[in-house]
Amino acid sequence: MTALGPPIGMLAELTHRCPLQCPYCSNPLDLLKADRELKTDQWLSIFEQAADLGILQVHLSGGEPMLRPDLPQLISALATRGIYSNLITAGASGKPDAMARLAEAGLDHVQVSFQGALAETTDLIANMKGAHGKKLETARAATSAGLPVTVNAPIHRRNIGEVAAFIALALDLGAERLEVANVQYYGWAYLNRPALMPGRDEVLRMADLVERERERLRGVLAIDFVAPDYYARYPKACMGGWARDAFMITPSGAVMPCHAAASIPGLAFDNAATRPLAEIWEHSSALQAYRGTDWMKEPCRTCDRREIDFGGCRCQAMVIAGEAAATDPACSKSPHHGRMVELATTEASAQSPDYIYRRIGAAV
Amino acid sequence: MIATRAIASPTSQPRLPRHVRLHRDRVRGAWALLSPEKILWPDEPSLAILTRCDGKRSVADIAAEIATEFDAPITDVEPDIIAFVQDWSDRMVLRL
Repeated sequence: MTALGPPIGMLAELTHRCPLQCPYCSNPLDLLKADRELKTDQWLSIFEQAADLGILQVHLSGGEPMLRPDLPQLISALATRGIYSNLITAGASGKPDAMARLAEAGLDHVQVSFQGALAETTDLIANMKGAHGKKLETARAATSAGLPVTVNAPIHRRNIGEVAAFIALALDLGAERLEVANVQYYGWAYLNRPALMPGRDEVLRMADLVERERERLRGVLAIDFVAPDYYARYPKACMGGWARDAFMITPSGAVMPCHAAASIPGLAFDNAATRPLAEIWEHSSALQAYRGTDWMKEPCRTCDRREIDFGGCRCQAMVIAGEAAATDPACSKSPHHGRMVELATTEASAQSPDYIYRRIGAAV
Repeated sequence: MIATRAIASPTSQPRLPRHVRLHRDRVRGAWALLSPEKILWPDEPSLAILTRCDGKRSVADIAAEIATEFDAPITDVEPDIIAFVQDWSDRMVLRL
């Protein structure tokens, strides 16, 4: 195992509040209310420490980060330290001049999510009338303010046929980048998996389309593809490896290796408001738990790919294989892989149940 | 909006797009090219080119400067630079 270097990226979840109720939200089922959120000066201190530690990129996310009135101040602090700031927004709640103010504060990049390429799909998935129109306004306000835009499209059964339309939408909005991100099934998405899981044939058709469009749009639109785990041969290197060069902070300050890590029993997370970030990065027991390759069992331990995918996702291993240290069942070498594919194909061919929309108290 | 793929030539005037920023990382003592989801660590020859991609110098200007700096024949340098800026433009980290 190579020595621990400084982290490169940090995801700051500024709030869990959001006007959207997407059934695959990456926030935990147990959503935090506003009174648990870190205060402005606490985030400012964390950002200073992050810069000293060597962090180069901060993703400002939520919930909806634009609901934080101190957002321009937070962005300006990042810009002062040369940190690349990326705003991850649903684009459904900003005031008309918000983007211009954020650009002025030194924001580097905006990622706007679209739940569908068509208004009816977006509004249905977000459970919010008029959401699509607001998102279009936000994306256009961002490009008018001179900000580069990525369109993020989470893909599932309801919108998998809209990928060509997502590409047209991204081009129309003048986006430089489109993320075609197959939904990852933890938390809310796991709860809603029977309503979200697409069929294998549709997934293969989509992957082909993305491949062709990438070639056609080379140098015009960058298309990133987040592969669907359930139909994969090998797992993804989740977060590029557990606490290897990135981590995230929850609205209340807990430092976690990824969004879903709280779903693994027995992990104790340090809080960045009470313990220095450098110390947490090096010594946090939760960040140490699955760092590197020493924790691995077979088949990962002796696998040639162990430093390529780092055994995949611990949270998915927990939820499907019942053990966080197991091989991610997305891997064809996992003894649970066959069952995972079967789960997906069975659910994909059954009728969709209603969504359990993401909101406080809906799932716990 | 850029509608078609840009093709590099000696008269191209490459520049970094708005979403890409060259940053001196003091912690690691290296130059990093920051973009939304990616960080690239350009080597010395790449840096020699990237730092000259200011939207004013042409590829021919850049080639001439680099040929002098590295004491290499411009006939070797220019095709390499054209290939470099084409590749980086295709990956959307340079604009022509």
